[in-house]
Amino acid sequence: MTAKIAYDDIEVGTELPAQTFPVTRAALVQYAGASGDFNPIHWNEKFAKDVGLPDVIAHGMFTMAEAIRVVTDWAGDPGAVVEYGVRFTKPVVVPNDDQGATVEVSAKVAAKLDDNTVRVDLVATSSGQKVLGMSRAVVRLA
Amino acid sequence: MALDQSFVGRSYPPTDPYEVGREKIREFAEAVGDANPAYTDPEAAKALGHPDVIAPPTFVFSITFKAAGQVVQDPQLGLDYSRVVHGDQKFVYVRPVRAGDRLTVTSTIEAIKSMAGNDILDIRGEVHDEAGEHVVTALTKLVARAAEES
Repeated sequence: MTAKIAYDDIEVGTELPAQTFPVTRAALVQYAGASGDFNPIHWNEKFAKDVGLPDVIAHGMFTMAEAIRVVTDWAGDPGAVVEYGVRFTKPVVVPNDDQGATVEVSAKVAAKLDDNTVRVDLVATSSGQKVLGMSRAVVRLA
Repeated sequence: MALDQSFVGRSYPPTDPYEVGREKIREFAEAVGDANPAYTDPEAAKALGHPDVIAPPTFVFSITFKAAGQVVQDPQLGLDYSRVVHGDQKFVYVRPVRAGDRLTVTSTIEAIKSMAGNDILDIRGEVHDEAGEHVVTALTKLVARAAEES
């Protein structure tokens, strides 16, 4: 494990580079195939609306996978992530148009822990709504 | 109807091994749009100290959630899966999952709670490799929404 960021260079409050991730219907179909999660609420608009959703929604695990990229891109080595947890607070609603939805992710160092690790708190929003809560990663730095 | 508290602590038999392949990792990384070479290029992964390409942090959920099917489909537990939503997800890693791993999952019911008519089920999935070494723990919180008044 060789993170590119040195523990000693990081302070509580250090912001990681924020990123914006597009979420299209095509991406959800591709994710369904890759992950094996074929729940129709993620690709079938009629089904989603029949069960009371506003439209097709992204897989929570898709959003979770996007959000951690802010941390793994920063750390360099994805193997440096030693813990990662989220709460799924609101669905990411994905309309069937050319744009889809976007998820904006920001993150900052919330605590310096033992053993060269830091806790990073993430904020993920879509259409102004917080879509992940209690979103935290622990990362081992160099 | 509230779930039976006596199921707390119940463990299910380990799953048959899941063999992690390089191309499956590539497929997953492409599906989440993540171009990190550690997922696709063995040399890049080795340069970071890994013996082969590693999987993105959430990759293992596909394996642990399938294993959790033993719990959610346990007829004795009687969870109404049509009302279930994914509440929380957490992973605690000993090391990253990598190509060549043969992983087994042991699922345990960690907690059962009832809040405002919702059943809340915490499932712990312990993932081990072929040598029996612990790789990662997946903690999955499922919420079965209260049935409508009949």
